[in-house]
Amino acid sequence: MSGSVLFDVPGPRARRRNAIIAAVGSAILLLLVVLVIRALAHNGEFTAAKWNPFLEWSTWRFYLLTGIWNTLKAAIAAVVLAMIFGFVFGVGRLSQNTAIRWISGAVVEFFRAVPVLIMMIFFFGIYAYNGVFPAAWNPFAAVVTALTLYNGSVIAELVRSGVFGLPKGQAEAGLSVGLTPGQTLRAIQLPQAITAMLPALVSQLVVILKDTALGTIITYPELLQQAQNLASARSNVIPALLVAAALFISINYLLTWLAGRLEARINNRGHTAGGAIGRAPTVPGAPVDQAHASALTPREARANAAEAP
Amino acid sequence: MGELFEQFDIWSAFGQTLYLAFFSAIGALVLGTFLAIMRVGPVGIFRRAGAAYVNLVRNTPLTLIVTFCLIALHYQLKIYLAPQDSPTSIVDNGVRWAIVGLAIYHAAFVCEALRSGINTVPTGQAEAARSIGLTFTQSLREVILPQAFRGAIAPMASVLIALIKNTTVAYAIGVAETAAFMRDGLEFRPDLSFLIFVIVAGFFVLLTMPLGIALTHLSQRLAVKR
Repeated sequence: MSGSVLFDVPGPRARRRNAIIAAVGSAILLLLVVLVIRALAHNGEFTAAKWNPFLEWSTWRFYLLTGIWNTLKAAIAAVVLAMIFGFVFGVGRLSQNTAIRWISGAVVEFFRAVPVLIMMIFFFGIYAYNGVFPAAWNPFAAVVTALTLYNGSVIAELVRSGVFGLPKGQAEAGLSVGLTPGQTLRAIQLPQAITAMLPALVSQLVVILKDTALGTIITYPELLQQAQNLASARSNVIPALLVAAALFISINYLLTWLAGRLEARINNRGHTAGGAIGRAPTVPGAPVDQAHASALTPREARANAAEAP
Repeated sequence: MGELFEQFDIWSAFGQTLYLAFFSAIGALVLGTFLAIMRVGPVGIFRRAGAAYVNLVRNTPLTLIVTFCLIALHYQLKIYLAPQDSPTSIVDNGVRWAIVGLAIYHAAFVCEALRSGINTVPTGQAEAARSIGLTFTQSLREVILPQAFRGAIAPMASVLIALIKNTTVAYAIGVAETAAFMRDGLEFRPDLSFLIFVIVAGFFVLLTMPLGIALTHLSQRLAVKR
């Protein structure tokens, strides 16, 4: 239901009232902006000394670009490992074997329930105490491990809902041509489920990218940490944090846009029975499978993943 | 195990986590509802302002928001949320700014959850409300929002669970909650690392899993039968 259904098309009186509300609202918003700007100006946040560092190449070279690179490095490593983890446990949850299904379920539910930061601090401590990696690698390794376990569990759920979201006929067709359940899963269900969940995977990248910022707590020199280093070197806390926020937001916008493009492309191709929107097959007159229709469609799964705070 | 509970004040760390979660959940609910009303309302500028808020906040890391609250708003702009002269001023300001940061961040998700709840209300309900002459505010208050809240319980539940887990981020500005205990524990008793992890993970599992199950049950029970 779009917003416009909630109210009538405004008539002359309503239009006047809306205009008044809009004027008052804009005035309040404008007042807020002015107050913020005045507070910032009062604190001397608009002086050239605080913003000039961003015009120098060395600031970008040693702080911001290094930070972006470290953020991307951790995010890419985590997304690759999380996909492996997610596929292993996602397929595990679809297994015919009760024990495997049960164990995979427990692992996935556990890692989804524990905060990422708790895992990060835990692995940082474990790696440092046991000397698993060279000391300089510990923060990176801890960030990647924690992000892999959490996001891998989310991807495992995506795999499961992706397979459940496929029309039942796909599995039935596979079984009826003599494939084993395992072969059906590998050759028929998974390839379609993966195509359908691709946009969701890209959206998950946004979540991973935001969570790399937690690495600042365990001294991983990602973008936020580097911005804070810059802030203490040039004593421009507020500009440095604002620029870091702008960089995070731009990268995430780019990823969101990419996910949208990918989804549109998959929908246009229209080869998968499930499709990126998880539509039921369009065999004329075929009865709608209610159990399947109520399962989480890949689009819903994607929306859930994208909305996970 | 008893040894750990003697050495560290684990209960007060857990208590601090619950305190943060409780107050930031209320803050996020109020601010999020306000944003959702702005986003579905008839006034264009409010719709755009609400959308801008949600899109900016959703794409910013929570760690950055919480850090900004303390070191930019409190240290730099000298905004005090607790009396400056009280003996616990530093701790209180840290906790309150953490609550503000958590509320600001999660309000964006509450707003989207509520909008998805509004989406579950059939068009006919809004049309019926309008056709008996209710104004926008009346139809929102009497017809749409009561049903939207019931339809939004499931997405709100996932926001609440995420919020409880995200309170650990308050450690970034030095609030003595569960993640702080975790860090201290691992530093001073690295021999008991796994036990500490099991205690902390168990706390979060015990907190979030029953809550998830209960809220899913509630969302099914309260769902408007159509």
